[in-house]
Amino acid sequence: MPEHKTLAATGNSVVAEAMRQCKPDVVAAYPITPQTTIVEEFAAFVAKGKTHCEYVTVESEHSAMSACIGASAAGARVMTATASQGLALMWEELYIASGMRLPIVMANANRALSAPINIHCDHSDIMGARDAGWVTLFAETAQEAYDNTIMSVRIAEHPDVLLPVMSCLDGFITTHSIDRVSVMDDESIAGFVGDYEPQNALLDTDNPVAHGNFSGLGGPYFEFKKQQREAIENSRAVIKSVGEEYSALSGRPFDVIETWGMEDAEVAVVVIGSTAGNARTVARHLRADGKKVGVVKVRVWRPFPYAEIAAALKGLKAVAVLDRSESFGAEGGPLFLEVRSALYDLAERVPVVNYIYGLGGSDVKLELIEQVFTDLADIAAGAAAPAGLVYLGAREEA
Amino acid sequence: MKWDISQMSEWTYKDFPPAAVIPEAGNSHYYITGGWRSERPVRSDEKCTQCLLCWIVCPDTSVMVADEKVVDFDLDHCKGCGICAQVCPVDAIDMVPEGCDLPGVK
Repeated sequence: MPEHKTLAATGNSVVAEAMRQCKPDVVAAYPITPQTTIVEEFAAFVAKGKTHCEYVTVESEHSAMSACIGASAAGARVMTATASQGLALMWEELYIASGMRLPIVMANANRALSAPINIHCDHSDIMGARDAGWVTLFAETAQEAYDNTIMSVRIAEHPDVLLPVMSCLDGFITTHSIDRVSVMDDESIAGFVGDYEPQNALLDTDNPVAHGNFSGLGGPYFEFKKQQREAIENSRAVIKSVGEEYSALSGRPFDVIETWGMEDAEVAVVVIGSTAGNARTVARHLRADGKKVGVVKVRVWRPFPYAEIAAALKGLKAVAVLDRSESFGAEGGPLFLEVRSALYDLAERVPVVNYIYGLGGSDVKLELIEQVFTDLADIAAGAAAPAGLVYLGAREEA
Repeated sequence: MKWDISQMSEWTYKDFPPAAVIPEAGNSHYYITGGWRSERPVRSDEKCTQCLLCWIVCPDTSVMVADEKVVDFDLDHCKGCGICAQVCPVDAIDMVPEGCDLPGVK
């Protein structure tokens, strides 16, 4: 059985710790707020000889992901971390990493995108990259950030998957707040993640292969995309089984969604990331007043758990989806579009409303979540749902 | 050949190695690309001084040499770029219009 140690630590600090325990062969990274302390602390582990790793200091995130791709194709276990503009600068490489089926694991410290310049939390960075073919996990807490990092390695390297995995944690709220975290001993983590046995490694000179090949002019590009779809669909079962195995090791439950109060809830809030804690706190107060409210937290964003979402929200009188990013010109935020689509096949229609909140780190006060639950109670009682999406807490004209 | 691609045009997504990896080295030799050519090099043995400049500059290693002498062009892979004709100091190579008459051309 593993040895557990409880720390007071930031999300970034335990992501760096998890990276060290997963023993990557190569880390190529570039610092960017609010991710910087991940790679800073990991670099310190390398400098102090606490892990044997080729740490590549690059001149940009474009180069960071390029170096990760090269190293992964060579056959190395590769990890990195980024945020916001850094993720945006990695754009083309994100698609190359997934298209080349390279099991790179990357932490992303969710932060707003410019302009205006802003360094605080929202999910615009990852939501823009949602179609890049990466398996994507979300953490609410530093604990989940630690756990997700370790599980990511197993998911990425599973022979049925072989896709890059992004492990997201909310900028500053989770990356920099000191939280209570239970970490396990090195040996247990090493045993859990195992050794990486690469397929088609470029450094396997006895079996020379070519990576990054051309597939145009009527070639099978279309077939390769179908392979990627199959791989990410395969990841659903792999995520569940890795999660079960990790739960047994850690003693902490894991599933693709986490529900609170959904056994008899009449209305619910669907949320990703750190705001789930705020939502549960408000829901707990409302429960004390006899209100049947629930919270659904999405832990796995890609592949999107549409069946689990539909099962959790079936029969509800009203549902609110909280989006911490915009999809300008779409009917709502990215999470809203997914959730409402997941509910479409239900025989009975569930009213769903969308709130955009917390962009650029704007404060997610409990009163705002209370307002959402009040709106839901009104809709459940027959009131009209707010027309269109609501900018929750934005200053309004008097 | 370790990797039989003769039926590749019939393959489904389950048959291709993941990620468009080519699991065998050097097999581009079997991929006939001469059909991309619109002009074909024709060498005059009488004019040719065997300086081998065409062999040096050919970007597709399609100038075939035996016993240090140019003997032919590899028309399965020559793209007809005409660099050989351009550099030939004695104008021994002419570029002539090509018809798509090669067997096995894709």
